Amino acid sequence: MAETNTVTIRGVSKAFGRGDAAVRVLHDVSVDIARQEFFTLLGPSGCGKTTLLRLVAGFEIADSGSIRIEGQDVTHAPPFRRPVNTVFQNYALFPHLTVEQNVAFSLEEQRLPRDQIRQRVGEALEMVRMQTYARRRPSDLSGGQQQRVALARALAPRPKLLLLDEPLSALDLKLRKEMQIELKQLQAEAGITFLFVTHDQEEALALSDRVAVMQGGRILQMGPPREIYEAPTHRFVADFIGDINLLDGEATGGGVRVAGGQTLPVQVSRPGPVTLAIRPERARLVAAGTGVMDATLVHSAYLGTATLHKLQLASGGDFLIRQSDPVQAAPEKGSRVGIALPTDALQVLQE
Amino acid sequence: MNIRRFPLTREISLFVLAYLYLPVFVLIAYSFNANRTATVWTHASLDWYVRILNNPSIRAATWNSLVLAISAATAATVIALLAALATRRAFPGRNASETILRLPLILPEIVVAVATLILFVAVGIELGLGAMILAHTVFCIPFAYLPIRARLDGMSGTYEEAAQDLYANRFRTFRRVTMPLLWPGVLAGFTLAFVTSLDDFLTSFFLSGPGTTTLPVYIFSAIRAGITPEINAISTVMLVISILLVSLSFALTRLRR
Ligand SMILES: Nc1ncnc2c1ncn2[C@@H]1O[C@H](COP(=O)(O)OP(=O)(O)O)[C@@H](O)[C@H]1O
Ligand SMILES: [Mg+2]
Repeated sequence: MAETNTVTIRGVSKAFGRGDAAVRVLHDVSVDIARQEFFTLLGPSGCGKTTLLRLVAGFEIADSGSIRIEGQDVTHAPPFRRPVNTVFQNYALFPHLTVEQNVAFSLEEQRLPRDQIRQRVGEALEMVRMQTYARRRPSDLSGGQQQRVALARALAPRPKLLLLDEPLSALDLKLRKEMQIELKQLQAEAGITFLFVTHDQEEALALSDRVAVMQGGRILQMGPPREIYEAPTHRFVADFIGDINLLDGEATGGGVRVAGGQTLPVQVSRPGPVTLAIRPERARLVAAGTGVMDATLVHSAYLGTATLHKLQLASGGDFLIRQSDPVQAAPEKGSRVGIALPTDALQVLQE
Repeated sequence: MNIRRFPLTREISLFVLAYLYLPVFVLIAYSFNANRTATVWTHASLDWYVRILNNPSIRAATWNSLVLAISAATAATVIALLAALATRRAFPGRNASETILRLPLILPEIVVAVATLILFVAVGIELGLGAMILAHTVFCIPFAYLPIRARLDGMSGTYEEAAQDLYANRFRTFRRVTMPLLWPGVLAGFTLAFVTSLDDFLTSFFLSGPGTTTLPVYIFSAIRAGITPEINAISTVMLVISILLVSLSFALTRLRR
């Protein structure tokens, strides 16, 4: 059967330390990454993103489960036998070699002919626009330039899969935005599968074809950015990505009764307490008494492209509404207002 | 409080520096003195250098010292490098092995020298250059080990992971990445071991056989017949060899950076 995935990770677990001191860092993780996909692991620091990446690269070996790359089982293979290259978080450019020697390193190890090496090094440096720096040492380069060289070095051997561990986190905001665009273009041009790691949700949404949100060594949700953003399945995912309003409610036969409000026609599999989530831009500000519930307007902030209203619910909790209709004037601060919640924008969350 | 503003700091520092280096400068100066008496200055000359150049026993002692220092430092550096690499990762007994490696630094040399002499005689190892190389290697190991260890500890393991990621197997990774990055530490270790061996008197005194005198041992026996400007000249030569080597290793390290 023809393999359509670049990476197939099945039931991988990993613990560090031995005996009683052992700490489980990954719990039964399974991921499929399609050819030429830009796949991102997103999660807070310490959730196991780097560990999963290192298992794919071969720097760590899984305690259980299997990893296949292009159909080949590499679960126990050393890093130098995997058709994978890594862009390290701190770049890890060899300080004793020049830029072109760094880029040529893998090609020399693969024993390519000399003229072919020269040609490929030239191409790789051209791809990241660093040809003029070929003879420099890494220590002579700025952070952004080192980043480019690290990319060129990892792309030069034309790997099946490129692993990137928070490659942009050391750059300042402006440079980071530029590099995001370049990275995306590069991936499209080179046609290489990317496995990208970040703790920056905006970066993940902007770059990825699919995102896996991780917490405590588990993948909570996996899907295209739009799905992750608009239809989070877990409270953690909803909270981690962008602003969101969370409403506690009670599931009954006819829907969900929101604390201090109406019963909303939302389908829930079994009765009991549930959490509903809705993005601030999907909720609407309406006249008091005409929405699902009433609240007090605490504050309105004009943001240029939208106005952000902060409301206080009867239960005491906060509620955000982002209103992008510029014509509508904001009600008086402290006035009673109503909140309208379109049913299709409501998400029922698991804990 | 700022130590620089402490009363007399400047004066005390100058005194200590003078106390340390003035005798050495006096020794160097008098090695160029024409007078037979080592402590009375007449006029400058290179007589004593010509004399030591033409003295076969001094030439032999210099040769022995160099062969001894180069052999012992090389052997000690290789052993220290292997030891540093072997103790890189945590394993049961790592602390114990580290302590054993550093032990020669704190053991009284006279005790070790006598013990080595007794051992060599008992086992039947002939005294002379070979015996000295063996003994020097042992006490040079910690001097070679410490800079290599320090360099290794300061080196991120990511470079080696990057090399393996770029298809270099373990041996190629060692050759192309680990060793070049470790090089300044190895050089510093070798230099320290060399200077330590060159300077050693006690161990060499006990283990030198007939005809295998080293420079320090020669100086010691010559000085019992009275301090001559020849000794000033020999000492200056030793100083120059040490300074040259240290400068060379410093320059190489800077170049490699
Ligand atoms: N080599 C290791 N030994 C022990 N614990 C480790 C090791 N590597 C990572 N960990 C632990 O595993 C957890 C996940 O780490 P990591 O994968 O680096 O997270 P992330 O990249 O998401 O920030 C952390 O709690 C970290 O302390
Ligand atoms: Mg990490």
